[in-house]
Amino acid sequence: MAEPASVNAPHHLLALEGMSAAEIEPFLDLAASYALLSRSRKAPREALRGRTLINLFFEDSTRTRTSFELAGKRLGADVINMSVANSSVNKGETLLDTAATLNAMRCDLLVVRHAASGAPALLARKVDACVVNAGDGMHEHPTQALLDALTMRRHLGTLSGLTVAICGDVGHSRVVRSNIHLLTAMGSTIRVVGPPTLVPSSIASLGNVEVHHNMEDGLAGADVVMMLRLQKERMGAGLVPSAREFFRFYGLDQRRLALARSGALVMHPGPMNRGVEIASDVADSVQSVIQEQVEMGVAVRMAVLERLSRMRVPT
Amino acid sequence: MSTILFENVRLFDPETESLTPGRLLVRDGHIAARDAVGAEGTPEGTRTIEGNGAVLTPGFVDMRVSIGEPGFEYRETIASCARAAAAGGVTTIAVLPNSRPAIDDPSLVRLLRTRGEETGLVSILPYGALTKGCDGEEMAEMAMLREAGAVAFTDGTRAIADTKRMRLLLSYAQGIDALIVQHPEDPSLARGGCATAGALATKLGLPQIPAAAEAILIARDIRLAEMTGGRLHFGHVSTSEGLDLIRRAKARGLLVTCDTAPPYFALEESAIRDYRTYAKLSPPLRAEADRQAIGMGLADGTIDAIASDHMPWDADDKRLPFAQAAAGGTGLVTLLGVTLGQVQTGALSLERALSLLTLGPARLLGSSAGTLAPGASADLCLFDPGAAWVVESGKLPGRAQNTPFDHHELRGAVLGTWKNGVPVFEAGRS
Repeated sequence: MAEPASVNAPHHLLALEGMSAAEIEPFLDLAASYALLSRSRKAPREALRGRTLINLFFEDSTRTRTSFELAGKRLGADVINMSVANSSVNKGETLLDTAATLNAMRCDLLVVRHAASGAPALLARKVDACVVNAGDGMHEHPTQALLDALTMRRHLGTLSGLTVAICGDVGHSRVVRSNIHLLTAMGSTIRVVGPPTLVPSSIASLGNVEVHHNMEDGLAGADVVMMLRLQKERMGAGLVPSAREFFRFYGLDQRRLALARSGALVMHPGPMNRGVEIASDVADSVQSVIQEQVEMGVAVRMAVLERLSRMRVPT
Repeated sequence: MSTILFENVRLFDPETESLTPGRLLVRDGHIAARDAVGAEGTPEGTRTIEGNGAVLTPGFVDMRVSIGEPGFEYRETIASCARAAAAGGVTTIAVLPNSRPAIDDPSLVRLLRTRGEETGLVSILPYGALTKGCDGEEMAEMAMLREAGAVAFTDGTRAIADTKRMRLLLSYAQGIDALIVQHPEDPSLARGGCATAGALATKLGLPQIPAAAEAILIARDIRLAEMTGGRLHFGHVSTSEGLDLIRRAKARGLLVTCDTAPPYFALEESAIRDYRTYAKLSPPLRAEADRQAIGMGLADGTIDAIASDHMPWDADDKRLPFAQAAAGGTGLVTLLGVTLGQVQTGALSLERALSLLTLGPARLLGSSAGTLAPGASADLCLFDPGAAWVVESGKLPGRAQNTPFDHHELRGAVLGTWKNGVPVFEAGRS
C-alpha cells in the first residue's frame, strides 16, 4: 500500500491536528484582510483566475458549499459544484475512480465533503489538485474551526487564554475536533459540555479539554459559548430521550448564558435547531455572532484556497 | 519407495515440547525414524537434506483461515491459499464456513476436503456452519456435517447474538461432543463500529466498539457452557479482560479454550493511523496493554493455539474510506515470522511458540497432524529462526496481499515445507 506521504503536504488542508500556532495564524491574517475587502466589494478577482475549483460534496450541505463557491468566485476561479445526487457515485463508481476522473480533468482545487472519516485524505493520495477537507465524518472540519477562530479573534482580540465552552453533540462532531486542535495550539482551554452519551470521556485526550456533564458548571465564566446542532437521529438512537429533555438540561437560554462571562460570545456552526439546543432570543441577541461566523466563513475559505494554491508544486 | 533424510537439524517434538539436535528419516510420506537412523542405515536413493542447524517441526496447523472459494474467488482460491500456506510452513488449515454458499451442507464439507487434497499442498479441515447460512438463526445439521468431516462448528466471522439460541447450540453440540467456536464480540455493541473505543478512534472520528464487547460475550458464553456442559472455543481473543475470564473458567475446570492471532500480540491500535485499511481487522486492534496481556496469555498457557486469522481481500475492498473498507488481513505467510517475534523479545520460548502452532490447534480440532511421531504423515516445515526478511504487500505468495504487516521486518524464514513427504515449498523457488 502506498505510503500516505502526500497527505501532509502543505498544498492540502485535511486536518488541523498537528498544526502549530505559527502555521495557523497566516490563514487567519489573510482571511482578516479578505473579510475587509469583501465588505468593500474589492475582492481580488485575479488571485485564482484560470484555476478550476470543484466542490465535491458526498453529503448535502448548502451553506458550506455556497461559502466555498463564493470564496472561489471572489478570487476569480472557475467553480463547479458536484453533488452526489447527480454524480456517477450513485452508479457504483468508487471514491478513487471519481478522484482519477477529476484528476484527468486537471482541476486545481478540490473541496471535499464526505460522510466517512478519512475520505479526503484518501482522495489526496490520488490527485494532483489541492484538497480541502470540507468536513469528513466525525473527523475534522478545518475551515469551520478557522472561521470560528477568526470570529473570536475579531471580538476578543486574542486566541490565547480563552475559555471556550462547546455544548451538545460533541462525540459526533467534526467541528469540535478541529476546534480542539486549533484552540489548544493557540493556548486556550476548551470545555466540552453534554450528557455522557454525547460527550465521550476520551475526547479529553485530544487537547486542552475539560469534560463537563453539567451545563451550569461548563458555562461558568466562559468567554465563548458554542452550541452544536443536535440531530434528530440521536433521539432515535437512544442517546438522548427527547428534544425537550435535552433543551431543559443542555439548551442555551438567557438564564444559562448569564453564567458565562459578561458579554460572552454566542456561536453556532449552523444550521440551528431553535428550541432544541438554543433559545431563539439567545440566537438573535447582541451576544450572538452566528451571522458573522457565516461571513467569516467566506473570508477564511478565500484565504485557504489562495494559500494552498500558492503552495502547490506545479506538476 | 522414496526416502528423505533430514541431517543436522534441530527437531521440535510437540509431545515433549522439546527441541533437540538430531536427524529425521521420512519414508513413503510418513515419519519413519528419529535419530536411530544409523543402525538401520540409509536406503539407497535416499535424498539427504542438510539442515545446517535449522529447526525441523511438524507443519503448522492453522485453525482459523478464510478462503474466497466458493463464492469469492476474486479474493482468493483454494489453490492460491494453498500456495500461501505452503510458503508459510502451514500444512493443515481449518477453514471458516463464511463462504457463498456457507458450509452448511454435508456435500460442501466433502467438497472442501477433496479440493484441499487435490492441491497436494495442504489438508483442509472444514468448519461446519453452526447455523444455516451462518445467519445466526436456524441450527445447522451438525451431526451430519460432522459425519461428512466437519471438525467443529462456528458461524465464523459472526457471533451468535441470541442468548437462548447459543444455549441450545451448545447443548445440542454437547450431545454429540462437538466443539463450538465463537467470534467473541457482542454483536449489538459492535454493530457499525470499526475501531476500539478510546482516544485514537475519537481523534480519527471512527465509529467505535468498546473493548468490553469481547468480555461481555465471553462472560455470557462461559456461563452457557457451564450450564450446558458444551465445549466452547473462542477465536482470535484480543483483550486482557476477555482472556482473564477464560483463565478463570479454565481454572474452574470448564471446557473452554481459545486462540489468538499474530496481529493481536504484535500490533496495537496505532497501526490504523492515517486510516490504514490494511490494519482494519475484526475484532479491531487494541490498546498496548491488551497487546501485552495477549503475549502473557500465550506464555502462561491460557491461550491454546495461535491461528493466522487469514482473511483475503482484494485491493479494491481495502481502497475505501476506513469505515467502509473490508476488515481482515492475510496471515499464512507471516504466521511463523510474527510469532517468532515473541520469542525474540523473550516473551515466549521457541518450544512453546511451536507447540501453539502445531499440537495445540491439532488437539483442539481432533486432528492427527502436528506431530513427529513415527508413522505420522510427514508434514514438515524446516525454518531458520534467525533469517530476516521484509514483508512486502504485492510480492507475497498467494493472490491476496492485504497484510497488516506490510514493510515489517520479520526474523524467522521458512526454508522448506513438505506435505506427506513431498516438497511443496522451497525458499528461493516459486
